[in-house]
Amino acid sequence: MDIAGEPARLELRGVSAGYNGRLVLDEVSFQVPHGGRVAIVGPNGAGKSTLFKVLVGLLPARSGGVFIHGRPLGAHHDCVAYVPQRNEIDWRFPVTVTDVVMMGRYGQLGRTRRPGKVDREIVRHSLDQLRIADLAKRSIGELSGGQQQRVFLARALAQEPHILLMDEPFTGVDAATQEATLELLDELHTRQVTVMISTHDLNLAAARFEQVLLLNRRVIAYGAAQDVFTAQALAQAFGGHVLMLPNGAALVDECCPPDEARSE
Amino acid sequence: MIDFLLRPLTYEFMQRGLLAAVMVGVLCAVVGSYVVLRGMAFLGDALAHAILPGVALAYLLNGNLLVGGLIAAVVVALLIGVFSRQGTIREDTAIGILFAAALSLGVLLISTIRTYAVDLTHILFGNVLGVSSSDLLITAVLGAVVLGTIGMLYREFLVISFDPVLAATLRLPAERLRVFMLILIALTIVVSLQTVGVGLVAAMLVTPGAAAYLLTRRLSSMMIVAAVIGAVSSVVGLYLSFYLSVASGAAVVLTATLTFLLAFLFAPERGVIARRRAVSG
Repeated sequence: MDIAGEPARLELRGVSAGYNGRLVLDEVSFQVPHGGRVAIVGPNGAGKSTLFKVLVGLLPARSGGVFIHGRPLGAHHDCVAYVPQRNEIDWRFPVTVTDVVMMGRYGQLGRTRRPGKVDREIVRHSLDQLRIADLAKRSIGELSGGQQQRVFLARALAQEPHILLMDEPFTGVDAATQEATLELLDELHTRQVTVMISTHDLNLAAARFEQVLLLNRRVIAYGAAQDVFTAQALAQAFGGHVLMLPNGAALVDECCPPDEARSE
Repeated sequence: MIDFLLRPLTYEFMQRGLLAAVMVGVLCAVVGSYVVLRGMAFLGDALAHAILPGVALAYLLNGNLLVGGLIAAVVVALLIGVFSRQGTIREDTAIGILFAAALSLGVLLISTIRTYAVDLTHILFGNVLGVSSSDLLITAVLGAVVLGTIGMLYREFLVISFDPVLAATLRLPAERLRVFMLILIALTIVVSLQTVGVGLVAAMLVTPGAAAYLLTRRLSSMMIVAAVIGAVSSVVGLYLSFYLSVASGAAVVLTATLTFLLAFLFAPERGVIARRRAVSG
């Protein structure tokens, strides 16, 4: 596959964004190539969720721009899929697992077309792949946290995206779901899907992702894990929450799921 | 028994009243499913009161009450949007201010009418037995328009209600759809004016939907069950009103409330009793 000749799948140029006068992202620029896998790491309030909101078009950038395949965000209709954090979903809503996964097909269906045989096939395949086919008719509120996350992973798969964004997919889920998520990432990799996730788990970021983006309102460092996780960069990103040990190891005191994007 | 059911139907005003009540019951229940799921009960109540000045003005100018109410409701729905946009003030605060202001303006206008008490009662609590043939026609047409629109935009409304982030990635015009939904709710309220009045329409929007929510697990089935509850409550309420000589709007609402209480207690999975069993078993 000829990657060199094509524009980066995802490019941010000097993106600044925030809420009500408070700037959360300040001149963020980076590129993710074809089929790249990037883990975004940074302290609470670093702007990880805000970055995702800009990337899906939920929050307009104050300045700068997001380009996908070299064209501005919004020019392509259905190529970005987003797996939200679990606290962003109203779990009491009356929808079944199949309903949620079928929503992944809405982009392809357009305004008027009803879901056809192909769509139902894709939905079933996505459910199978996440091993939740037996839950298809259940209401989403009845599921465990791990199962709920798999439903949204299945939906992302059904969207057949070019770019997949996941906000904290490894926080607060069981080991089986974590493994299922990583397997899905491998599968998507073979299909040249660009994947970006945010995580608090620096080990996981280093072990399973080609590229790591260290973010704290600005891009602190971006590249392969061994180049990014330097004492200096970590100190810059995490400030007082990082402890440098004499042997060169760094301890980061950041355990808890972020609440940065939630108001009240 | 058959005579008990048929006797009211020998009166033409009862035939028209029943037809109007069933149409309004179904319409309110379907639209109300979104009101319940999106937590807009307060907004529904506010919109209902907001149409009062429009109705009063139409009455004073000898215009069509439905048109007057509709204009007032749309104006208030848009104003709520303007006041609360970009979080200048919270939406419920905006609703509270406009709701009280519109209600006051409505009462002020109505108090200039000589037969003040009777007219106000009709507007506040409805007068389903005074439905004319042309009212019936307007109800049917507007009701069909609202239900047809909800059918056409089912997917869009589902996505913006359930998952606003997906709506953004699908590039749905979420803000416009939200305003559009407000206008559909306003239309529904205006159509319901004649049967249950501004004071009780919020109950018809919320109660059947809430009962149906306890009984179903998909939006489409919730809407169907809510519509059945709305229609049955309307019929039962009207018969009660006929035989007991009580206010029809109130009888309809209380019947719907009773249905909700039954669902609240006995719903197979979400009812109080089923939950108790699940905990103790």
